[in-house]
Amino acid sequence: MKELMQSLREASIKAINESDNPESIEALRVKYLGKKGELTAILRQMGKLTPEERPVMGQLANQLREEIEQAIDLRKTILSKAILEKQLESEAVDVTLPGREQPVGHKHPMYNVLDQIKDIFIGMGFEIVDGPEVELADYNFTKLNIDEGHPSRDWTDTFYFTEDGRILLRTQTSPMQVHAMETRSLPIRMIAPGRVYRKDEVDATHSPMFHQIEGMVIDKGVTMADLKATLNLVVEKIYGKGTVTRFRPHHFPFTEPSCELDIQCHKCGGKGCPTCKGEGWIEVLGAGMVHPKVLSGCGIDPDVYSGWAFGMGLERLAMGEYKITDLRLIFENDVRFLEQF
Amino acid sequence: MNLSRKWLNEFVNLPLSEYDDRSFAEAMTVSGSKVEVTEDLSKSIKNVKVGRIVKLDKHPDSDHMLVAQIDVGGEAPVQICTGAWNVHEGDLVPAALHNALLPNGTKITKGKLRGVESCGMLCSLKELGCTVHDFPYGEIKAAALLNDYHPLDPAKPSVSADIKAGDRIFGAVIAAQVKSVAPAGVNLWDTVLDTGSGEAALVSDCQNLHAGDLAALDTKTKRILTPDDLHAEQKEFPHCIPDGILILHEDCKPGDDMGELLGLDDHVVEFEITPNRPDCLCMIGLAREAAVTFHKELKLHEPQVKAAAGGDINELTKVFVEDPLCVRYTARMVKNVKIAPSPAWMRERIRNAGMRPINNIVDITNYVMLEYGQPMHAFDFSCVKGGEIHVRCAREGESIQTLDGTERRLTPSMLCICDTEKPVGVAGVMGGANSEIVGDTAMVLFESANFNGTSIRRTATALGMRTDASSRYEKGLDPQNTYAAVQRACELIELLGAGEVVEGVIDVCPNELRQTTVKLEPEKINALLGTDLSEQIMRDILLSLGFTLKGDTIFVPSWRADVEHYSDIAEEVARFYGYNEIPTAFSGGISTAGGYTELQQLERKIGECCRSMGLDEIITYSFISPAYYDKIRMPADSPLRDSLKILNPLGEDTSIMRTTILPSMLEILTRNYNYRNRQAALYEIGRIYLKRPDGMADEPKIVSLGGYGEKMDFFVLKGWVEKLLKELGAEKLRFVAEKQNPSYHPGRCARVYAGDVEIGVLGEIHPLVAANYGVDAAFYCAELRFDALNKAKGALPVYKPLPRFPSVTRDIAVVCRADIPVGELSECILKNGGEYLKDCTIFDVYTGSHVAPGCKSVAFSLTMRSDEQTLTVEHAEETIARVLMALREEYDAVMR
Repeated sequence: MKELMQSLREASIKAINESDNPESIEALRVKYLGKKGELTAILRQMGKLTPEERPVMGQLANQLREEIEQAIDLRKTILSKAILEKQLESEAVDVTLPGREQPVGHKHPMYNVLDQIKDIFIGMGFEIVDGPEVELADYNFTKLNIDEGHPSRDWTDTFYFTEDGRILLRTQTSPMQVHAMETRSLPIRMIAPGRVYRKDEVDATHSPMFHQIEGMVIDKGVTMADLKATLNLVVEKIYGKGTVTRFRPHHFPFTEPSCELDIQCHKCGGKGCPTCKGEGWIEVLGAGMVHPKVLSGCGIDPDVYSGWAFGMGLERLAMGEYKITDLRLIFENDVRFLEQF
Repeated sequence: MNLSRKWLNEFVNLPLSEYDDRSFAEAMTVSGSKVEVTEDLSKSIKNVKVGRIVKLDKHPDSDHMLVAQIDVGGEAPVQICTGAWNVHEGDLVPAALHNALLPNGTKITKGKLRGVESCGMLCSLKELGCTVHDFPYGEIKAAALLNDYHPLDPAKPSVSADIKAGDRIFGAVIAAQVKSVAPAGVNLWDTVLDTGSGEAALVSDCQNLHAGDLAALDTKTKRILTPDDLHAEQKEFPHCIPDGILILHEDCKPGDDMGELLGLDDHVVEFEITPNRPDCLCMIGLAREAAVTFHKELKLHEPQVKAAAGGDINELTKVFVEDPLCVRYTARMVKNVKIAPSPAWMRERIRNAGMRPINNIVDITNYVMLEYGQPMHAFDFSCVKGGEIHVRCAREGESIQTLDGTERRLTPSMLCICDTEKPVGVAGVMGGANSEIVGDTAMVLFESANFNGTSIRRTATALGMRTDASSRYEKGLDPQNTYAAVQRACELIELLGAGEVVEGVIDVCPNELRQTTVKLEPEKINALLGTDLSEQIMRDILLSLGFTLKGDTIFVPSWRADVEHYSDIAEEVARFYGYNEIPTAFSGGISTAGGYTELQQLERKIGECCRSMGLDEIITYSFISPAYYDKIRMPADSPLRDSLKILNPLGEDTSIMRTTILPSMLEILTRNYNYRNRQAALYEIGRIYLKRPDGMADEPKIVSLGGYGEKMDFFVLKGWVEKLLKELGAEKLRFVAEKQNPSYHPGRCARVYAGDVEIGVLGEIHPLVAANYGVDAAFYCAELRFDALNKAKGALPVYKPLPRFPSVTRDIAVVCRADIPVGELSECILKNGGEYLKDCTIFDVYTGSHVAPGCKSVAFSLTMRSDEQTLTVEHAEETIARVLMALREEYDAVMR
């Protein structure tokens, strides 16, 4: 009987492992384990055994049943996995085919950069201030310490609306300094981005309309050290940590001392290359301590309050950031250009 | 401003070997004199040597080339072929050797010319980047050599081919054969000629004569004639040209470097000087900055004039300053002037500063301008009528021919230097041709004056001639500088032996010059800078810059008109303490909240929503052409045509401030369309500019949407507007057909309202407008007022419980008159549907053969739901019945 069981074990395991579909496995189960199956047939011969042999044989038979069942389950798992794999294979798509286009609009690249800068200043407790583009010469020039006769007031440089030169298109966002000082309560921390206008013919680097960002802080105890610390931080946020800066003296009528801020050319590391025109530095913005004359002209006592201000050109910044080579692209608004950003 | 490093060393010892270009530029830049570029002039010329021609032969295989053996200081001579005929054995010439580089970028390598090896090239003035102003003796005169004669018409030669010595050419002119040529001075040659019947000896200034040549000799004047003298065309004597090799008459020897001889062993630094520092537009000003920057001594010298001519200027002339625009007029006189080229050192410095040498007198005025920053003018005093100088504004109708040869019409705002009759110069801009220094000028009046900067700038601009002088004057020069400058000019006259200076100086200065003083307040300066500098440091910096101090009073030097306030003093201190040495530290102060305002947040949200719908952002010019109003068919009487006009626009296209944003959008759509972009969907949040009674503008923002393309139609546009308004939480949206707006298609245009607030207009652009833009496609635009959007925007949404019971959907179709707006039908349905009707959407509108003429069928899908229970069939049918009844009663619309 033992031998019978052994040969059944060998035959059944072999048959199960050779079966190649779920139906034939089910047939094998019936064949070996069914009520009329081969194992049952063997058990029927138990009666011929001695009472001592019976429990031993019974145990062996149960063991065999279990083994066959396990073999069937294992085979089934393997087969169903293979079937799934086959199905998945047949469902495969060519992943290199293009995706279905979803319409998404694009922010103008220049406003991408502007928003980045706005966020930086908002994070430092600044407000954003808006003001008129059609402006009084008084605000655009006089109150900024730019006297009558200054070349920037020439009709060849500034667009005027009145013969007496009283009303004009602002040539800079700096009049926003005056507006802010006249209308806002102290302390002031603000930036004022906006359109400005100068009489420049359109070419790859000039446009009669362009954008500036003005910034100003007025408070007690504001120093040039504060200007440097703040603008260094801003520049790091725009150009990345570790950006090397350089402050050098410059001249603006409405700040004193005045400076320009350069960053070390990221392309050549300051050695000089075509990007920085061999200088090793790239000019980023102009700044300075608000001229005490401007402060007092706006009703702020320069002996109590001090402040600093900066101005930067947005177009050049965006062009640098996105490697845009021609300013005209910015105002041309070709969708093939806009959709790149 | 170009600064020669070689020249700078005269004032501050900063040798190139110790202070290379980079460190010099960096230090000067951070102390406030920004360096743009530095040019090493020696790099422009390489391997060009002084050579002596030791032997000169005819080229064996060429009828015009010469083969020269050149001693260039090496062991053996170098062989160079040349086509120039003005060279002689013994001449010193510039020889570009193998691998030489010339200032015009040409590279020279050795090679063979018609089979003969040539190890370089002999150079002309032009090839060395020079003109006759640099080497006045470099002008070349060529004789007409009959052996080079090529008749214009071979059949009819003017000179027969077999002409020989003694043959007559015409008149007293005969052919003569050169027997010998020997140098007799600069560009002069003792020449012996065979005249056929004898010999003639003469001194010729023609440089192309060699033994054996056949020349044209005028036996009457004993001159050898040029092609010009023979009235011949140049091409008749193709090699007898007024050009050739530069023969050097300098203190030099074979092997010397030509670059050094040309003064190119120099580095030129180009500075960008800010307009507040005109004092830095000269050697002395920059030298002062450099001295303080590098802690070096500044070596200045006071001009000494001997005035050996005696006499007194006051006996010769008088100066009348008749207009306050002239602040100061200083003048000196020079007699017995000998116009000549200035010496090499002066020409070199003038050249390296970017100017051209002319002659000694003109060069001296330019030299002084470069050194002192004071523009000078030299008048030929014999041309000053009445011997008087009147500084006055031009009279109506006056004009002057300036030195550049142009006739200039003057206006009464232009300050002029005049004699008793007429202007002889435009003050501070350019002298007049009528008093120009010429070859035989004998008496010169040097003018060193100070004029009002703004006036000079306006005059220069009006005349369209910005000169070296005017660009200095316009920034406002130091009136104290005129005296020293005129003294320096006279010192140079004596140094160069260019004339004899007359005693006395005329110096007219109608108003007393002011002395600026500022109080030294170290604590204020430290407070502004955020530093803790000692008073001593501040004093040292100021003293080194030429300021003087008495107690705590700072006396500002006259050349520093930009300094008048303690903040200016702070900048001086900061510049030389070092901007980059100032610490970085955030000031405490009161913290501010910052953040975006509600309106700024709205603007951001509108932008986000537009982009989420696939619209790209554009930025358009605020100014437009007045013709654009016609293009968009704006009615002639529209108040929007009253735009702010720019009085001095760049052009018609950008001459008025837009009162409507539509033309800007149409322009960009058109551009994209013309670029063959298949579709475009664009938005801009831009301002329009509405004239106010006070002449200023209201500048409201407009949200401008626009698009075209295959997928675009009115309802896509309307979808954008609806989505935008819904995102902003606007409620009670209404779209009302707009037939009157001439820019839009009368049947495809609507005004949009949120409740009572009119938001704006949207629609398809009128085909006539599209035609005005040269476009045959349908453009769709919307113009929405930003302030109205702000008014219409809703509050924060309040959560509504999600439906607990399922909804029931029923479709109905009704037939009604075709002209009834569908929107009204659905409004009617929603109004009358009762409590269970939650939504009504239109899904089909049909006109055609299946409905009666003049009618249409509209299909709605009605969604019904109860919040308390599952809706029964009865409830649904009851709702439908109420809807149908209302439609029939109000619109005569019946179930189809």
